[in-house]
Amino acid sequence: MILLEIFWSFFQIGLFAIGGGYAALPLIEHQVLEAHNWLTLTEFADLLTISQMTPGPIALNASTFVGTRVAGLPGAIVATIGCVTPSCIIVLILSYFYFKYKNLSSIQGILKGLRPAVVSLIASAGLSILMLAVFKSEDITIWNMSLSDINFISIILVSVGVFVLRKYKMDPIKVMIATGIVGIFIYGVM
Amino acid sequence: MEKNLKFYIKLFWSTFSLSAFTIGGGYVIVPLMRKKFVEELNWIEEEEMLNLVAISQSAPGPIAVNTSIMVGYRLAGVFGSFVTIVGTILPPLIIITVIAQFYTVFKENKIINALLLGMRAGVAAVILDVIIKMVNDIIKTKNKISILIMIIALLASVVFDINAALIIIVSGAFGAFYYNIYKKEGKV
Repeated sequence: MILLEIFWSFFQIGLFAIGGGYAALPLIEHQVLEAHNWLTLTEFADLLTISQMTPGPIALNASTFVGTRVAGLPGAIVATIGCVTPSCIIVLILSYFYFKYKNLSSIQGILKGLRPAVVSLIASAGLSILMLAVFKSEDITIWNMSLSDINFISIILVSVGVFVLRKYKMDPIKVMIATGIVGIFIYGVM
Repeated sequence: MEKNLKFYIKLFWSTFSLSAFTIGGGYVIVPLMRKKFVEELNWIEEEEMLNLVAISQSAPGPIAVNTSIMVGYRLAGVFGSFVTIVGTILPPLIIITVIAQFYTVFKENKIINALLLGMRAGVAAVILDVIIKMVNDIIKTKNKISILIMIIALLASVVFDINAALIIIVSGAFGAFYYNIYKKEGKV
């Protein structure tokens, strides 16, 4: 029965989270803290840290984490499936209509307006990730940054990274692993 | 493109590795998917990829999952999207199940924190590279309306913190009005 409850909770999270993983966080908070007593407040704070520290989509990390704590591996699987089921249904329907009607001129007009906006949305999310990498403090914005908060090692790593990506077309995954290893030597050993 | 076993393994591995190695969630995975499928594999065209991302962003659910479903469907129909979705959900399922067992140790481990701090810089570099490429592509079209939409959307998102779904809806509505009614020119 608990598995069914987990499924239904994460189904709702997947269904109402418009705008990606960060939009899902308040919904997850409601489900695991208010609707059910699945996690303590401290555990929920840890969930946020770990979901953002570990690779993968944040909503899926959170689903797996809650599922495991509540009902072990079956819980993790059920929570993940619950979270992606609304996407599967809705996005498959949208895909079907998109590929059927994408050549209609009215659809082309909409898409032509959309594309530059999507580039900006990706750029905007990218900028916050860049800020997070370059400044030591977590809650830095364009309005309150100061020189003493700048992490110069990170700036060098980012610059070298962009250089090898653009000049030598290096594989992005290799770049990320390489900077991680450099990180161990600089931040961990020194 | 031949849809043999090798193709499906490559499709699976592409989404699996992106989900397994990318820290920072959907907004990082999506630009990397674009790099993988548009630039490296040449399986999807740039414009089409941006269309798929736009639709994924306006649908509910994790954006990385939505985009992988659309990419899979575009390349190999419903079975293709099944392959990409399994590729996307498996890494978090494995990694978090393990970490959830001893997460206090994980959270306080100095080496892991140093690794993640270093990887953040790598992620930022990869994102920066993708952004430069995409912005260049829009500027190269020399379409003043596209460039204007890009600038306004960027300001709306960065400075005014307006919701992504709203930005998508407004720019789509503007495109419909401008290209279909005002200019009567639907061709891209």
